[in-house]
Amino acid sequence: MDEEKLEEIISKYDIESGKLLGILEDIQRVEGYLPKDSLIYVSKRLNVPLSRLYSLATFYSFFNLQPVGKHIITVCMGTACHVKGAPHILETIEGLLGISPGETTPDGKFMLTTSDRQFTVNTARCFGACSMAPVIRVDGKIYGYNTPKKVAEILKEYGWRGSK
Amino acid sequence: MKIRRFEDLENVRKAGIKKLLPDKPRVAVGLATCGIAAGGQDVYEALEAALKKKGVNAFLTKTGCFGICSEEPLVNIVMPGKPLVILHKVQKEEVDLIVEKVAKGELPEEKVLCKIEEWDHLTLDKPLYYGRGYKNIPLWNEISYFKPQKKVVLRNAGIINPEDIEEYIAVGGYSAAYKALTEMSPDEIVEEVKKSGLRGRGGAGFPTGLKWEFTKKEDSNIKYVICNADEGDPGAYMNRNEMESDPHMIIEGMLIGAYAIGATEGYIYVRAEYPLAIERLKLAIKQAKEYGLLGKHIFGTGFSFDIRIVAGAGAFVCGEETALIASIEGKPGRPRPRPPFPAQKGLWGKPTNINNVETWCNIAPIIKKGGEWFSRIGVEKNTGTKVFSLVGKVKRTGLVEVPLGTPIREIVYTAGGGSATGKKVKAVQTGGPSGGCIPENLFDLPVDYDHLASAGSIMGSGGMVVMDEDTCMVDTARYFLGFTLDESCGKCVPCREGTKRMYDILEKITKGQGTEEDLLTLEELAETVKATSLCGLGQTAPNPVISTIRYFKDEYTKHIKDKVCPARVCRALIDYFIVPDKCRGCTICMKSCPVDAIDGGPGLIHIIDQTKCIACGTCMDVCPFDAVIKLSGEKIETPDKPIPIKKGR
Repeated sequence: MDEEKLEEIISKYDIESGKLLGILEDIQRVEGYLPKDSLIYVSKRLNVPLSRLYSLATFYSFFNLQPVGKHIITVCMGTACHVKGAPHILETIEGLLGISPGETTPDGKFMLTTSDRQFTVNTARCFGACSMAPVIRVDGKIYGYNTPKKVAEILKEYGWRGSK
Repeated sequence: MKIRRFEDLENVRKAGIKKLLPDKPRVAVGLATCGIAAGGQDVYEALEAALKKKGVNAFLTKTGCFGICSEEPLVNIVMPGKPLVILHKVQKEEVDLIVEKVAKGELPEEKVLCKIEEWDHLTLDKPLYYGRGYKNIPLWNEISYFKPQKKVVLRNAGIINPEDIEEYIAVGGYSAAYKALTEMSPDEIVEEVKKSGLRGRGGAGFPTGLKWEFTKKEDSNIKYVICNADEGDPGAYMNRNEMESDPHMIIEGMLIGAYAIGATEGYIYVRAEYPLAIERLKLAIKQAKEYGLLGKHIFGTGFSFDIRIVAGAGAFVCGEETALIASIEGKPGRPRPRPPFPAQKGLWGKPTNINNVETWCNIAPIIKKGGEWFSRIGVEKNTGTKVFSLVGKVKRTGLVEVPLGTPIREIVYTAGGGSATGKKVKAVQTGGPSGGCIPENLFDLPVDYDHLASAGSIMGSGGMVVMDEDTCMVDTARYFLGFTLDESCGKCVPCREGTKRMYDILEKITKGQGTEEDLLTLEELAETVKATSLCGLGQTAPNPVISTIRYFKDEYTKHIKDKVCPARVCRALIDYFIVPDKCRGCTICMKSCPVDAIDGGPGLIHIIDQTKCIACGTCMDVCPFDAVIKLSGEKIETPDKPIPIKKGR
């Protein structure tokens, strides 16, 4: 992220409460992840040790340190989704996109990207749309009442062309 | 305009009433996250286009969620002088028909769910009157979903536009704050809240008035109030809906609380998974500032107060007060030992009062109608209502607000309509990862803080997940321990190591490798983690294990002794078979199997090689003839190799 944009984000926070998390969230909202260069800039600019920013980025599950694919698919793993088959939905998506199940990224978070960088799959604790479990979210849009068949249809909307 | 005097508030109220009861049809689409996901946004846009195209003079607007989420998208229609009518499961293809009817002053009868003739917003002197009529349409509370309900927190949700402060003021919004700031002393307010008996709605149930008093007593020129909107329990979404459907009630509650306590700054800590809630709260704060309801010299008094939003970043432990405070200060959210309590040393070391979203939602009606009125709702020591998110294997899902003390049975069966699948309801899980599973035979238990605790669960923030015979209780315990294991902040040993060890044992049992000794170790660990963890996360993490062992020990025994998962969930204990009589030899399952475990061919009966099968269930999903079955501890007769299907079948 360029300096001008980073300055613009930093300038929005005039008090200490909520400042660091807010800045990191804003950067990620634009970039999809937290680029190392941006973290170094924020660290120097605010005189906050880089290690502290790293500890925030790894403590909070919202942040990720790796670039993401064009489309982000988030599978909700909340209780209602779990009892209605969320693990199977996740597995189906992994299977369709050719991502090996059970893998995690080096920082220990679950965040997997297809080799053509079109899709990133991750999971969420619960996005509070439990009435229509199991739920997935693609690029901010929520889809409810999923079945293995339905997720294949949803992936097609985002340019997935089928496996095998 | 700035509201200073009572007349100013009245003028805005009158302007708002014209929007709620316009002299032309009012059409409002339910657009909370749940409504949007169900297709509400598409319906809204289609309505906009159709009204324009057909030249119909109507007032199109949006509202929050009326609570019956499984019937969404919901659309409200108010014809001048007639009852408000709620349409359900509205699809965008049906919009043309709806608009045609509205143009003629008629209703699309087949889409009607119920009607509202008058509505008590609680903060108005008398209920808002729409009109009588439509004899054949049931009243809202004649629908079984709403029968046991009483709307106090959700008094405006699904009726007013959450993005318009004038509509909130129209139904008496900010009149309680006016009363508090201009007619009451801080002591009187605290007294009123104490009298109401309101207990914290975040889960622990600490008396709110007492909590306020602790912070109020502290001598400090800077004090803070915080709204805990880090709704982290999976399966619970009341707070999301309260913020999205009626954000001003939270601001008004905080304003009253801040005045009583002597705080000048407030924060709403919202989890990042709720972007729409954040957007609507930001807009509501902006509007409140424009109207002078936040900022300097509110209502022309000497009191000044401001609120800011802090977005959390996905850490369950931040629901704990001291972790939440650390998070706002820009640190990882790790709890610290108490005392000192936040009331003495909170945010930036200053006295701080933290309440859950729903606690704040109750404040305005308590001030408006009195603590005495509130204390008459519910049962002794458990006054008022509680909103539950009724989800899982239940027919009607959504938010159910009932007086405390309502039996579980009424919530699950009367409101929820019982099982969604036709299978028997087995249990209900309350309180999220800190709670427990209550078996069906205890469903006469009144839902309140004390009865739930005695049954080994907790009230928690209000999640209620219904489970049926297809839900494995050992898997459920493993699921929750997996959750707390991941979310443990790692600071104290019992929680960090204990949850991991408990998870490992549960995983071993679900894999059919558990021993009876494991079960004893599990129980011992559970007691230790509960007794010795630093904060609420660890202290309550064993609850799902303890409660499932208490009520469903036979399921554990079956996994351990017989290597059987009665609900057929635990993958290592289930086998898939193709029923020879049902297979039509279409080859779809064979082609879909990710590990090539299926042998067959066109016209042949397919068989699964159990040594290769990973029990993923893909064959069952794709079979067009329901020929694949799932068993645990049982077998069916299948041919040794694929053989031709008998002709004439």
